[in-house]
Amino acid sequence: MIVKRKPLNLFERLYLPAIIGGFKVTLRHLFKKKVTMQYPEEKWVVPEGYRGAPYLVKDQEGSTKCVSCQLCEFVCPPKAIRIVPPGPDSLTADRPNAEKMPKEFEINMLRCIFCGFCQEVCPEEAIFLQKDYSLTGTSRAEMIYNKEKLLALGGVHAGVQKWKHKAEEAKAQENFPVKV
Amino acid sequence: MKNTQEFGYDSRIEGDVIHTSVDAAINWFRKNSIWPMPMGLACCAIELMATGASRFDISRFGMEVMRFSPRQSDCMIVAGTVTYKMAMAVKRIYDQMAEPKWVIAMGACASTGGMYRSYAVLQGVDNIIPVDVYVAGCPPRPEALLDALMKLQNKVQREPLLATLKKPGPALAKA
Repeated sequence: MIVKRKPLNLFERLYLPAIIGGFKVTLRHLFKKKVTMQYPEEKWVVPEGYRGAPYLVKDQEGSTKCVSCQLCEFVCPPKAIRIVPPGPDSLTADRPNAEKMPKEFEINMLRCIFCGFCQEVCPEEAIFLQKDYSLTGTSRAEMIYNKEKLLALGGVHAGVQKWKHKAEEAKAQENFPVKV
Repeated sequence: MKNTQEFGYDSRIEGDVIHTSVDAAINWFRKNSIWPMPMGLACCAIELMATGASRFDISRFGMEVMRFSPRQSDCMIVAGTVTYKMAMAVKRIYDQMAEPKWVIAMGACASTGGMYRSYAVLQGVDNIIPVDVYVAGCPPRPEALLDALMKLQNKVQREPLLATLKKPGPALAKA
């Protein structure tokens, strides 16, 4: 098919209407609300439930909650988590009345896909996806976070009681498919 | 809802005349005109496009000219899964870029292979090309990429330019 090109009339050949039309768009945008977020100065407010970087949390007394059950290591799809549990010779816990504790706990943040499976599977509520959304590094080694770093970044998660949420979730499951 | 902080140069405090060295001046030009080569291979490329769009506006850092020709670009942003099939092309495009050149590995797949621990996927683009900044995330938010670009700018700023002028770049030095 051949499309016939319409010859321009004098008004169109002036190109002035087109230029004015263009300037109208420019002017309209000049007075519109600016959409650009000046990133390093302006920060975005992270919504509740956002899945950021996973960090280990401490309990109300400030001790490690993780008991190195290795469920998160098992469930992690990219296998970003590596846990070394305490062996028979090494110290199991660093405080009295504590269960087992991980000897080493590493998360490779470059492997991590922030899926939240570790948080979901954790029976101790020791790992949480927090609000850090911007992790960058200049080497791969520096992006492997060890236990100390994860605990420092995670902070104390006050108000989380062991099993309480799991019990609530289990209760919610009972009437999950809403009965009519 | 936004939080605002103040940064930047203030002439009332620091004065109107600035003394500098050639190194610092040239590095300053360079760091504020890094032209990226978008090596978009998967979903990270969508976030890369978002970084270029008006909300995050990469042009505030002088990087809006995404060049699809390696000859004209300074910084390759590898965004996405690098398969072995694509690795050859990535390497070739990197080799075609003119010195000085930098690389950002954006996202889990480009940085380490991510969840693709597979026979078909290169476990990190740094196996074939030297990477300057790694960005975590799957995909990373545009802010994370902007942070990586700022990290790269800091790296460019610190480069001893005249000392490295006669030396071959990373691509030639490794061979």
